[in-house]
Amino acid sequence: MKKATILAGLTFALVSGVAHAQGVTLTFACDSVGSGYDQCKKGADAWAKKTGNTVRVLQVPKETGDRLALYQQQLGAKSKDVDVYMIDVVWPGLIGQNLADLSKSIPKAELDQHFPAIVKNNTINGKLVGVPWFTDAGVLYYRTDLLQKYGYKSAPKTWAELQTMAQKIQEGERKSNPRFVGFVFQGKNYEGLTCDALEWVNSFGGGEIVDSSGKVTINNPKTVAALKQIQSFVGTISPQAVTTYAEEDARNVFQGGNAAFMRNWPYAYAAGQAEGSPIKGKIGVAALPAGPGGKPAATLGGWQLAANAYSAHPKEAADLIRYLTGKEEQKRRAIDASYNPTIASLYKDQDVLKAVPFFGSLYDVFTNAVARPATVTKSKYNQVSNAFATGVYNVLTKKSTPEAAASSIQSQITRIKGRGF
Amino acid sequence: MATSTPSTARRPGRNRSVEATRSRTAIWLLLPTIIVLALVAGYPLLRTIYLSFTEYNINTDPAPKGIGFDNYAFRLDDGTLSGLLTDPQWWQAVWTTVKFTVSSVVLETLLGLGMALVINSKFRARGLLRTAILVPWAVPTVVSAQMWNWMYQDNFGIISQWGRSLGLLEAGQSFVANPNTALGALVAVDVWKTAPFMALLILAGLQSIPSDMYEAADVDGASKVRQFFRLTLPLLTPALLVALIFRTLDALRVFDMPYIVKGNAPETMTMSIYARQQMIDNAQFGYGSAVSVLIFLIIMIFTVIYVTSLRVRFD
Repeated sequence: MKKATILAGLTFALVSGVAHAQGVTLTFACDSVGSGYDQCKKGADAWAKKTGNTVRVLQVPKETGDRLALYQQQLGAKSKDVDVYMIDVVWPGLIGQNLADLSKSIPKAELDQHFPAIVKNNTINGKLVGVPWFTDAGVLYYRTDLLQKYGYKSAPKTWAELQTMAQKIQEGERKSNPRFVGFVFQGKNYEGLTCDALEWVNSFGGGEIVDSSGKVTINNPKTVAALKQIQSFVGTISPQAVTTYAEEDARNVFQGGNAAFMRNWPYAYAAGQAEGSPIKGKIGVAALPAGPGGKPAATLGGWQLAANAYSAHPKEAADLIRYLTGKEEQKRRAIDASYNPTIASLYKDQDVLKAVPFFGSLYDVFTNAVARPATVTKSKYNQVSNAFATGVYNVLTKKSTPEAAASSIQSQITRIKGRGF
Repeated sequence: MATSTPSTARRPGRNRSVEATRSRTAIWLLLPTIIVLALVAGYPLLRTIYLSFTEYNINTDPAPKGIGFDNYAFRLDDGTLSGLLTDPQWWQAVWTTVKFTVSSVVLETLLGLGMALVINSKFRARGLLRTAILVPWAVPTVVSAQMWNWMYQDNFGIISQWGRSLGLLEAGQSFVANPNTALGALVAVDVWKTAPFMALLILAGLQSIPSDMYEAADVDGASKVRQFFRLTLPLLTPALLVALIFRTLDALRVFDMPYIVKGNAPETMTMSIYARQQMIDNAQFGYGSAVSVLIFLIIMIFTVIYVTSLRVRFD
């Protein structure tokens, strides 16, 4: 009896104590690539401390496709388990229906600081479904020390140049390091390959898979030329196993000092420059090479913060989003972890430029990045992307010729389109 | 005499009522199982079959919309057939799954039989070995698949290193990356993981064979090989068949291990990975359900073939 009274008293004290000290608890599905989780947690904790709320940051899958698969199930079931989602630039058209409208929660003056193209991308039928958090564009990483050692003055401007340089460096380095490879990228059959392959195709002048009017344009001689060039990389300057690489697999090889060139997103810079990295201070970043007669292309990536439309705490969720996407936090993330801000003025900020010099030199790359055809293909984007990536994958594994792949991708996407996207 | 008539008339009546009571009791005892089965197996199955006749994108459609057999096959405006039954990717997935199933089940059965014979004989530390043999089976598939994934990795994986020192691989190559060896590499992982399970099932069968039969065979002068083929194998057949059915049905719906190692790569895409891609990645619940129904039918065909051609008795 006495025990029970004490227990009841303790429970009461505990419950009332918790209720007194805390506001609400938000659940935040954020990032897991590179230092993503830690950076999310840092920002969310700062907001929590400021407002007296609590944020639970979830561990999420590494690959964007796996994240989308998970989130669209949660949202489709109208689950309110997660309050704030970090969403990919190609998702607003897919899951926008289940996301809250944030246009009332973010003052217009603040929203206008962001790149207008990204804000437009996040606006579906007049509803602001996400606030830009960081933008991404594919860039070329190279080893400054190795380029110098083999007598090269600057990063390659064309894919053919990259091939020659990578070949020479690989041959030289293999003598002392049998695991050394010339060029790594994302060749696994997933969304990342769609991004990489769009860059190849577009830099050869082969278009954007589906044009803005919804016409499927992928089957053209320039696409075939691009695929031919990249197919010749696999097994020569790129490891045959590049077809199993996602972002982090490529980064592991490059950061381990075992590759001369890498295609990746900007986050890899801060990771490679971190204390203890074997290639610290030896990393150069340049725009990706171009095809003959084409110009360099970088696929637009980037992530937004969105609030679950079914969240139990819409006000706090919107406030967390406003804080995290604000100028101060974006600046911190740019300096700490080389996440590209979505606020134009931060690219002129001296502290940011000192930490990540290529934000200044590659400003045009970031603002002119090529978008995947998500807006035009709407709810069928993922099917289109799957068909494209699988076709390119078959070229990389040499199961298909570039010509056959281009025509098969064309007919598959046409079939997916049916009577219209 | 007058009393005997009612008594003889009553007896069958009482028997009938005893039987009736018994079967009533049986129904009550079975009812919970039937209800649970209906809820966890019957309802999802019927719902999947229903959804396979609808168009239902969970991102955009508020409710499933009936479209008849269009998910399976339909005629496009230009007259060509489209739909799941005409999708070459689906048929490739079916073929991959069948190849995976046949090769892994055959290898697992042979290895499992060998392992079972070893751990059935008497030697020191037998208990320890029996436990140790089960370790691969006890490790969760996600963990062991990721472990193998790293071992196969081209840059730092130990298997790739062995492959290089044996001259089978060059730098940057790995068994899972090469589309011609990928399926074999996955079969190896599956065999490593499941052969112990087969061994366990076969061991149970071995232990049900009375030892005096071997003594009799010894007295008659039959060699050990002869004993195995004339005695062990025929008596083991029922246990072996049950194990075979278990493994075949399991292997036909394999998903986790190949997906972790190879993702959506077409050369190792199994039926279940294809179903997941359609249903979860592409959010098409209707089309994905149609895929699931076909998987169900294919597995059912395998079961029927097994049960009828091998005359398996479950009792």
